[in-house]
Formats: sequence, C-alpha cells, structure tokens
Amino acid sequence: MEGALIAAAVLAAATVFGLVRRRRDGVLRERRQGARRGGGDMAETLGPDELGAALGERATLLQFSSAFCAPCRATRRTLGEVAGMVDGVVHVELDAEAHLDLVRRLNVVRTPTVLVLDGAGRVVRRAAGAPRKADVIAALGTAIP
Amino acid sequence: MQVDPRGQRFAAAVTTVVLIAVLVTGSWALLAAQAVVFAIATLFGLRYAPYGRVYAVLIRPRLAPPRELEDEAPPRFAQGVGLVFSLVGTAGYAAGIPWLGNGATALALAAAFLNAVFGFCLGCEMYLLVRRSTPGKRAGSARVGDY
Repeated sequence: MEGALIAAAVLAAATVFGLVRRRRDGVLRERRQGARRGGGDMAETLGPDELGAALGERATLLQFSSAFCAPCRATRRTLGEVAGMVDGVVHVELDAEAHLDLVRRLNVVRTPTVLVLDGAGRVVRRAAGAPRKADVIAALGTAIP
Repeated sequence: MQVDPRGQRFAAAVTTVVLIAVLVTGSWALLAAQAVVFAIATLFGLRYAPYGRVYAVLIRPRLAPPRELEDEAPPRFAQGVGLVFSLVGTAGYAAGIPWLGNGATALALAAAFLNAVFGFCLGCEMYLLVRRSTPGKRAGSARVGDY
C-alpha cells in the first residue's frame, strides 16, 4: 500500500517536472543582470582565448556538449545551419568536460546549453536544451544591432 | 553504434511498469531481475538489451523505418545509472531496509518514466553534474571509461 502511494507520488511529480521541462527546453532567454548567484552570466564576456576559437564578427553561437547527450547532435545541426545562413555568425561547440572551469563559471548544468554572444563576445541569450531554428534566428536579431 | 530511439522509449515504458510493480510488491527479486536487464544493456550494449530485443522482434517490423537514428552512448550510460540505483534498491529490500529500497526504486522510476513519456534522459544529464562537481581543473576524458 505504501509502495503504491510512493509510485503514484513519483509519477505525479515526474509528470509536472516533465511538462515544465518541455515548455522551457531550448527556449533562448535573456537573463537579468545579477539574477543568478555570482552575478549571473549576462555580465559575462567571452573571448577567443577562452573558447579556443575565433568569435564571429557579428555573433557567435556557443554550444556546450558532452559525451552522453542525445539532443546535442540535433543542436549542432541547427546551429550549423544558422551559422551557414547568416554572414558573420559562427558556431562554436565545446566539450563541457574539457572546459569544466568555463562550465562552472557560466553555471552550465545541462547539455546542450547554447549561449548567443554578440560581436563583442557578450552573452546576450541563453538556452538549456535544444533550441528551435526560428528561435535561434530571432535571438540573433537581438545580438546583431 | 546507432539505435532506433523508439526502441529506447519502449524499453523505458516496460521499465516503468516493472519498477511500479517493484514498489507495490516490495519484491527484491523483481528489482534484482530489472538490475540484470540494466546490466546486460550497460555491459553488452543496447543491441542485446532484453526489452530492446522484444521491440526489435515484435514491434519494429510493424512500424515504418525510424526517421532518425540515435547514438547509443547516452542511453547506454543511462542504463548504467539505472543499474546503480536498482542494485542499491535490491540491497535495501533484501536487507530489510525498506526506505532504501523504496527510495532507490522511486528515483529509477522517475527517470524511466521521464524517458518513456517525455523522451528526457535524466541519467544522461546527471553525467555533467557529476563531472562538474568532481574537483580538478583540467580533468581529461579518461574518466569517461570508468562508467
């Protein structure tokens, strides 16, 4: 009897979690400055040294991936397509494991996590989970003046 | 190696039903059987995973070919996470510590259910969290093999 109650509670909690997660997954949002502990990532500026790759002239789509990540592949495809479509935009994919300092500093907890950087390397948008192509293009609209 | 993602969802659904049965009955033997299923998938690959075999033999022939295949590594890692929880749970029930059995089984159930219904791989996401909290500035990928 107790076990059945536990099972029911787990299923209910997981359903709520799954619905919330599905709605937020891949949504590129603007973070308010200082909204997160440590000042948040909106104040963050990333340069070519940290990324190990050149920034895009107008914007950079930075993707954190890991070895055990099914949606990372679809995200790679989406961001690669957008970078190929818009001039001055590059797609940079980093293995989260090989950049744990950066992962901690930016508070990346999931893969894929996508950061949209403007031409100066400032983080202007961020998504956890695979973003939709239309949303990435819309986010670029805010990153590119 | 690539796998049909629908097979993963099917296997997760069967796992969900089994784990609910474990919670209702408190049977350590049933949870141990599920641990064996996890172990086969983790050690030998999803190609040999029992629920995946059922899917391949009974269900896939009736469906259209998958739109897209998926890399095997993430779900296989998640099966390993499931193995750990089911072993802890089995030990809990067998040793007469029901909260341990129930707790471990409940966590495994949540992960299996999220995978079956929403396609989320909770076990996969634990990977980065575990790596993040592991101290060390420049940890290479050597530890990947440990899992």
